[in-house]
Amino acid sequence: MKNKPETKPLEHIRNFSIIAHIDHGKSTLADRLIQSCGGLEEREMSEQVLDNTDIERERGITIKAQTVRLAYKAKDGIEYQLNLMDTPGHVDFTYEVSRSLASCEGSLLVVDATQGVEAQTLANVYQALDNNHEIVTVVNKIDLPSSDIENAKQQVEDVIGLDASEAVPCSGKTGIGIDNLLEAIVTKLPPPHKGDSDAPTKALLVDSWYDSYLGVVILVRVIDGYLKKGQKIKFMRAGATREIDRVGMFTPKKVMLDALGPGEMGFITASIKEISETRVGDTITDDKYPCDTPLDGFKPSVPMVFCSFYPVDQSDFEKLRDSLGKVQLNDASLHFEMESSQALGLGFRCGFLGLLHMEIIQERLEREFDLDLIPTAPSVVYKINMTNGEQIELYNPVDMPDVVKIKSIEEPWIKATIMVPDEYLGGLLQLCQDRRGVQENLTYAGDRAMLVYRLPLNEVVFDFYDRLKSISKGYASFDYELDGYGENDLVKLDIRVNDEPVDALAMIVHRSVAEGRGRQLCERLKELIPRQMFKIAIQAAIGGKIIARENVSAMRKDVTAKCYGGDVSRKKKLLEKQKKGKAKMRQYGNVDIPQSAFIAALKMGDN
Amino acid sequence: MLPLSIYFHWPFCASKCPYCDFNVHVNDAVDIARWRAAYLSALRHYARGYVGRKVTSIFFGGGTPSLMPPDLAADIIAEVRTLWPVDDDVEITLEANPTSSERQKFAAFKQAGINRLSLGVQALNDADLSFLGRAHDAGQALAAIETAKSVFDRFSFDLIYARPDQSLKAWEEELKRAAELAAGHLSLYQLTVERNTPFYLKHARGEFYLPEDGMAADFYMLTQDILGAAGLPAYEVSNHAAPGHESRHNLVYWHYGDYLGIGPGAHGRITSHNKVRYATRDHYAPEKWLQWVEERGAGAHEMEVLSDWDQGAEGLMMGLRLYQGINIAPFRQFIDLKAIDRLASEGWLCYDEGHLKLTPDGMLRLNMILPYLIKDETDA
Repeated sequence: MKNKPETKPLEHIRNFSIIAHIDHGKSTLADRLIQSCGGLEEREMSEQVLDNTDIERERGITIKAQTVRLAYKAKDGIEYQLNLMDTPGHVDFTYEVSRSLASCEGSLLVVDATQGVEAQTLANVYQALDNNHEIVTVVNKIDLPSSDIENAKQQVEDVIGLDASEAVPCSGKTGIGIDNLLEAIVTKLPPPHKGDSDAPTKALLVDSWYDSYLGVVILVRVIDGYLKKGQKIKFMRAGATREIDRVGMFTPKKVMLDALGPGEMGFITASIKEISETRVGDTITDDKYPCDTPLDGFKPSVPMVFCSFYPVDQSDFEKLRDSLGKVQLNDASLHFEMESSQALGLGFRCGFLGLLHMEIIQERLEREFDLDLIPTAPSVVYKINMTNGEQIELYNPVDMPDVVKIKSIEEPWIKATIMVPDEYLGGLLQLCQDRRGVQENLTYAGDRAMLVYRLPLNEVVFDFYDRLKSISKGYASFDYELDGYGENDLVKLDIRVNDEPVDALAMIVHRSVAEGRGRQLCERLKELIPRQMFKIAIQAAIGGKIIARENVSAMRKDVTAKCYGGDVSRKKKLLEKQKKGKAKMRQYGNVDIPQSAFIAALKMGDN
Repeated sequence: MLPLSIYFHWPFCASKCPYCDFNVHVNDAVDIARWRAAYLSALRHYARGYVGRKVTSIFFGGGTPSLMPPDLAADIIAEVRTLWPVDDDVEITLEANPTSSERQKFAAFKQAGINRLSLGVQALNDADLSFLGRAHDAGQALAAIETAKSVFDRFSFDLIYARPDQSLKAWEEELKRAAELAAGHLSLYQLTVERNTPFYLKHARGEFYLPEDGMAADFYMLTQDILGAAGLPAYEVSNHAAPGHESRHNLVYWHYGDYLGIGPGAHGRITSHNKVRYATRDHYAPEKWLQWVEERGAGAHEMEVLSDWDQGAEGLMMGLRLYQGINIAPFRQFIDLKAIDRLASEGWLCYDEGHLKLTPDGMLRLNMILPYLIKDETDA
């Protein structure tokens, strides 16, 4: 290759990510690093510059991994290129974390000096170690009066098993210790391991998103060779060929460059309209002089939690379809498919990475697209072994095959790690036990317990996280990883109104809790369904067997006492209103049930 | 040619009752001459459009029309007789309150042409009359009933029941007494709390309770039993009469016949010579109504053409209130015939050779039955 562009030599590059629990000050620390390296002037600093969306800033969480290039002049007089990847801290976004980690050689482990190690930190550190990362431990928030640097270090050693003797104390808020941290990044973290500027272009497609000005923006990490403006590139797995029209980096402002070289991170654009054309983990190479073998890439994200969204107002259905499409533009991990429910009308079955992901998508749809949604109860993917030897995956309880054709049902399990102050341990053990958990380990680090439990995922999607937080007054932290499928005595619980099943309320539960759930739902519906002319029978059933029942008694009297010449118009208006109200009702047998009753029943998990 | 009934609304009362949501105003200085001129003008206005129709009933309602000077009623009746042919058997009803001063005018009203009196008694004991905010006591009520019976051949009075804290037993006794006092007709209304009334607020605040629907149904059934045995069966949801004593004017409403509504807020249903059916409503505010009539001859503020479905729905709404039921031929296209079977199987209605009537159990549920039975406008 002629005319080699000038890029940083490998040994002057450091690529690293930041691992931290929510609220441990990761984004603030990142802000401070950016500011110290002159990436932004003081006046340009909005808090947490890397968290781009409103929801990210409001909730104090990072959803999409962001990357920023810093120029740091070290004590040795050399100007280093630091590529910082901010990573999501939440369990649902482990997938995003793994991507970030794969594109770096080192990590900063941020621990809050007032709190210590939390469950998610643990999982992410192990992932970093799996990626052969060097780790610099950072004890953050040392400006706070309640900070205890030694305790935080001790926890890192006890819980994680890392040497914390050289941990860097600092404060992202005040800036104390930031210089030491920058120096540690340069001296303790390794440069990119390999990178051949003469080899054919080989770059990892780390992430992509849609930008209304630039079209699809691709975040890349170059391994070998260069990415240059005007170059014809090939996406090796997707097979598509494109021409690069822009090359650049984030400082965090967008800055255009001529090229990206070995070991560097940055972005390219290539007149791509749809994010679906860019597969995260794909290898980008030169179209004319391609590399031989693509990089390993990533496992595609697998939706773990499913629920359906229905528009409260059915006329919003098309708007919901459009909005989901727009959200998906920037979030390839969202899956959706149209479905129709007798109780709720037309809607979409959606797949999410986890519960928080689900909540965030719902919030975006409601806030950014002004939609009023009814979410159904979250569910997981079951594997059904049929008597004929076939195995089918069940995404929606409604599609459960006939019981006589089922040999067994398997449900997904998780391995959960829970860190909790001692005083709340009893309550949490009870919760895990109630949710069919199997204890695997219980250890202590200071006055905090670390619990490891195997739990069925379907017990976790049903308000587990909320219960955990309320039992521990918010002090427990929780992380999980998938841990295979296991056979269990699972049944489909149907709710019937006047003998007709209400599809939106069907759920799959363990036989041992079916009766309790069924009774709870029947009682709730009894409160929610207004009395009318006919008696209404509400039943919970497993197959043909009724396990709970309630009746809404019939209304015995409703007649206007006085109705003379002047009342005809008024009465007719009332009749028309009743008729219109019927349009929002769903017919079960001979009665009309207001949709609102089902919506309220679906919110049952809330209390 | 279709017969015609005429309703006059007199919008004034001496005081306002806390349960009443009618178009009623308290005004001590009513300009009688102006009102007289307005009523007569409105009549003349309609007479031009609906020439030659035979008037079968006239009704003075309100408000408290017994507060009118009897000669005003006389002038109105005389004007009707000048403008239209009037049936020999015409029924002319006046609503009255049983206060002493009004009772003294009964004879003068008969002189003016009134031949039926409807008295707002409401209760036969002082405590309940006071709760209902009535201006009379039980003694005045009994005196008014006696006077009315001696003056008028046809006479009715109203009671309100299912009052707060009223027991079935107490109502049974009161009702038996009422049956003895009655002269062929009684109107018995269960107390309902309407929006925009003082009772609405009191009820919302929990200051009193109404019987729940099961108890209310027991009250209703008890009423049917007692008055049936006393020879005053219900002919409509809330109206009872010995055979031949039914209110002819009110039957026009329930048969969905033609009537003119004259006076503030009065409604009318009237068929034009080219068979278009109109719903009319006079201007609601008394002063506005007067101005309206003075400027354009009549007070009809709205005139709406009723669609076939409107007429079908209204006809069913009114007709099914009658215990004799209806012939469904004119309504067939507006009725969900499957619903008839379902309702009949519950014992709420009887259907036989095109004739549909509700049972007492069905009457109790009429408001729920109507939307179930009547097809949507788009499906009819």
